[in-house]
Amino acid sequence: MVAIHTDGLTKHYSVGFWRPRPYLALDSLTLDVEAGEVFGFLGPNGAGKTTTLKLLMQLIYPSSGSAEILGRPAGDVEARRRIGYLPENPYFYDYLTAEELLEYFASLFGYAAAEGRRRAAALLDEVGIGAERRMPLRTFSKGMIQRVGIAQALVNDPEVLFLDEPMSGLDPLGRLEIRRLVLRLRDQGCTVFFSSHVLADAEALCSSVGILAGGRLVASGTLSEILAFQAHGWELVVSGISRDMIERELQLITKITPLGGDRFALELPLSPPPERVLSDLIGCGASLVSLNPLRKTLEDYFVERVASSGRTHGARPD
Amino acid sequence: MRVIYRVAVSVFRESVRDRVLYSLLVFAVLLIVASYLLGQLTAGQDLKIIKDLGLAAIATFGLFIAIFIGVGLVWKEVDRRSIYSLLSKPVRRHEFVLGKYAGLALTLVVNVGAMTVTFYSVLGYLAWLADDTARAGWAAPAMDPALLAAVALILVELLVVTAVALFFSTFSSPFLSAALTLGVWIVGRFNDDLRHFEDVLESQAAAVLARALYYVLPNFAAFDVKAQVVHAVPVDLAYVGLTAAYGVTYVALLLAAAVVVFERRDFR
Repeated sequence: MVAIHTDGLTKHYSVGFWRPRPYLALDSLTLDVEAGEVFGFLGPNGAGKTTTLKLLMQLIYPSSGSAEILGRPAGDVEARRRIGYLPENPYFYDYLTAEELLEYFASLFGYAAAEGRRRAAALLDEVGIGAERRMPLRTFSKGMIQRVGIAQALVNDPEVLFLDEPMSGLDPLGRLEIRRLVLRLRDQGCTVFFSSHVLADAEALCSSVGILAGGRLVASGTLSEILAFQAHGWELVVSGISRDMIERELQLITKITPLGGDRFALELPLSPPPERVLSDLIGCGASLVSLNPLRKTLEDYFVERVASSGRTHGARPD
Repeated sequence: MRVIYRVAVSVFRESVRDRVLYSLLVFAVLLIVASYLLGQLTAGQDLKIIKDLGLAAIATFGLFIAIFIGVGLVWKEVDRRSIYSLLSKPVRRHEFVLGKYAGLALTLVVNVGAMTVTFYSVLGYLAWLADDTARAGWAAPAMDPALLAAVALILVELLVVTAVALFFSTFSSPFLSAALTLGVWIVGRFNDDLRHFEDVLESQAAAVLARALYYVLPNFAAFDVKAQVVHAVPVDLAYVGLTAAYGVTYVALLLAAAVVVFERRDFR
């Protein structure tokens, strides 16, 4: 089942006051995100990620094209009952406490006061906001606001969760907690649409990704599709052998990196298979430490696709 | 309605925690109390002075609250991006606008209520101190219920001003919204004069503009019955009702315009 669908979604802005110029922020985005998956929406700064999320939330209106969430038009109130949204760099009401904010948002979904209080307490526990929950939000640090932002996005147990740069402002422990939270939500069947330019987070969390550059989708697919067949060689780590002995196999070794002592990392081509070199080295007294395929990382893929699109910067004029 | 009510309660909660509101309210209460002292300086006119100053304080500080809080209501949400989270919840844009208005209207009602209670307390104290001779010189009793008619129309006027402020704040900055709202209020106070501008103006275009402004802008002078009630001139209840209905109609039109503007906005 498709949870999020966009069809030719396009957004033009007018830039400039006296002589407004049209600016294309998003160019014909057609995308399907399956229910239950964690989808990474990646792209350099200004690629159009936040514009897409705002269009899906109907905070802005499309110039053309359409978007659907859970089979309903984006912005439909019934769809909004079933989604959660964390905006980029969220900001909340200065005079409310974290507890009051969550209770307020819970009331907008129709929860009774007692249920709202229960949900607020549970979610604030979940995101690690302790006694500070009774302090005004204006006293919160950026990281704490981000945690409150994640909590408010979950107040209705959403079926689809939209996170715009969720790791922004979080310390390493906070990032780890959010990663665990996203994976737990995925296991519970929640669809997570995750916008980020931090590729390590996407690689750790996402089952599928879309890469946006200059307002246009330049690549999309599952992570396994993108990375599975990208192996381009082998990395063999051996010990208990001298460099001279290794160099006898030089015609099959593309790179030798000393790791200290008698340990070496050897790069081998994808073909022929590494067993021959390995058995020769073991025959010379070497011990196997590890053998791994050399794959492209998501970062390699991202850089390659963005560079080949010729849209390394953000939006572009019409 | 539930969503409008929730948004309104949130606005009210935020407003009552705003130090600006407290400062204005404390200042108004002090002025009303000080009117008693000023009244002592005038021989035989103390009651009129207290009534005059008290009603003027309620109208003026109510106007400050309506403009200064009203112009920031929507703008602040958009500028600080708190609207992003709110509008991703099951909240329609018109519910947001109406909830914001209802919240500030509730704030105004409570504040005007507090100022009125203070006003009547000062009048009650004066009545308690006054001897029969002084009382005999009063055209109306100290705690004259007719004063409530003036307060009610002040409140309706403030609700119209709030609707004007909210309308401007759906598309402009607080400074510009405050200037425009104040401008509308000032011109609205002289609305009757606009009607007769064509008698004194030679320019046909200026006369047409004045006539157009007369029809478009609310006539705020109609809400001012302070002089009548202070001087014990009876105010017809039908007039109060009709003027209140006139104010409510303006509020409805302004809110409808604010909703139309807000529905079309992109929050970039």
